[in-house]
Amino acid sequence: MTAMIRVEALAKTYVVHTHGGTAIPVFADVDLEVTAGECLTLLGPSGAGKSTLLRCLYGNCKPNAGRIHIRHNGGEVDVTGADPRTVLDMRKRTMAYVSQFLRAIPRVAAVDVVAEPLRLIGTPIGEARARAEALLARLHIPERLWSLAPSTFSGGEQQRVNIARAFAAKHPILLLDEPTASLDAGNRAEVIRLIREAKADGCALVGIFHDDEVRQAVSTRDYPMKGKSS
Amino acid sequence: MHPLLEVISLARMFGTRAACRDISFTLWPGEVMGVVGESGSGKTTLLNCLSGRLEPSAGRVLYDTRTHGPTDIYAIGEPRRRLLMRTDWGIVHQNPRDGLRMAVSAGANVGERLMAVGARNYGAIRAQAAEWLAKVEIEAERLDDPPLTFSGGMLQRLQIARNLVNHPRLMFMDEPTGGLDVSVQARLLDVLRGLVTDLGLSAIIVTHDLAVARLLAHRLMVMRRGEIVETGLTDQVLDDPHHPYTQLLVSSVLQP
Repeated sequence: MTAMIRVEALAKTYVVHTHGGTAIPVFADVDLEVTAGECLTLLGPSGAGKSTLLRCLYGNCKPNAGRIHIRHNGGEVDVTGADPRTVLDMRKRTMAYVSQFLRAIPRVAAVDVVAEPLRLIGTPIGEARARAEALLARLHIPERLWSLAPSTFSGGEQQRVNIARAFAAKHPILLLDEPTASLDAGNRAEVIRLIREAKADGCALVGIFHDDEVRQAVSTRDYPMKGKSS
Repeated sequence: MHPLLEVISLARMFGTRAACRDISFTLWPGEVMGVVGESGSGKTTLLNCLSGRLEPSAGRVLYDTRTHGPTDIYAIGEPRRRLLMRTDWGIVHQNPRDGLRMAVSAGANVGERLMAVGARNYGAIRAQAAEWLAKVEIEAERLDDPPLTFSGGMLQRLQIARNLVNHPRLMFMDEPTGGLDVSVQARLLDVLRGLVTDLGLSAIIVTHDLAVARLLAHRLMVMRRGEIVETGLTDQVLDDPHHPYTQLLVSSVLQP
């Protein structure tokens, strides 16, 4: 099995200069591999660096040491040394990320927020919208909301728009930060189904799930985060 | 593929003071670069140097021309540089009055750009002007009105239409949303975002508004006292800033 993600000796320390250069170590010595069809769960108490690690994988956070090799366009790319243009291309074609919060764009309709990842890879608008609508329907977003900008939606609705967007383009790598945190049982079950379908399609997933039911339903393997080494 | 713009060790002095120095970066086709930093950090001077309007004191600006490939824009003569400005670049000024002709109609403001590159058919020019006004969400019935009768947000959108009608490959924008109220800003940002995605434009956007930078720019360059202190992917620079000045900038923003 080819590894989709290979993390080697990764370490992250935040240095807060506005606070006299205080160093806040987050994690060190993270080594892990994720292959296609697997869902790796990051485990650990709050503050162990789970979200920071996911953000590092997505190129949103810069580690201090170590390497992150991602399978991309038939080769392997190290996110930690890649230029912005390459990281953007990886996000376009290879990896999607569900953050805990949706950053809504003023005036853009929910259906277009979800369809955007497909539009970026050249899917015709009709097809992209159809797939977006199917996902919004599966996640029980009422049809009357599809043409509205999600900034006015409830927290749970925004999170479901966020999930639909991440699953829209069927990226080979999915990074999930608490995707079910504020969802009811019905929607939780739907997200579990979406994750299982992605796994069956050969997607490599890394997730943080505080909900034990979800974790047991989707996780292939756990990765315990030890947190800071100092 | 060549970079569209390559900037090598650029500096601009005003007397003995460097308004910007040691600026090097490349911009690729389709990329939007945000330049952020407090006022007086050299952002506008840099933009003027990059857009052929202010000769740098040192360094080079190479632009990938359609006919001759990468060309130092200050090594060619003024006429060729002027031609590039008309055919390849758009410049959006912070104050739309600096980029518009206030005495002629909105349609003429857009149409004269087409005439400057040889268009002569009145009907076709008028149709294209109307099409561009529609793209920036200005009603067709305002085509013959002078910009004097437009609101600030409309003027800014008209300036953008005037710049885009010739299909430039590179846009230079100086605080495009400065001085507009937030609902107007949102509309303008939405128009800009759509145009950048649909037309595959490259752009350099100077702004002090980090939210604008996050929405429009792929990459950020943080300037302080004329120098670049941090660069990177926009969300990475804003969410995990490393330089003390960037951290100060990010932590100083009021969250509504």
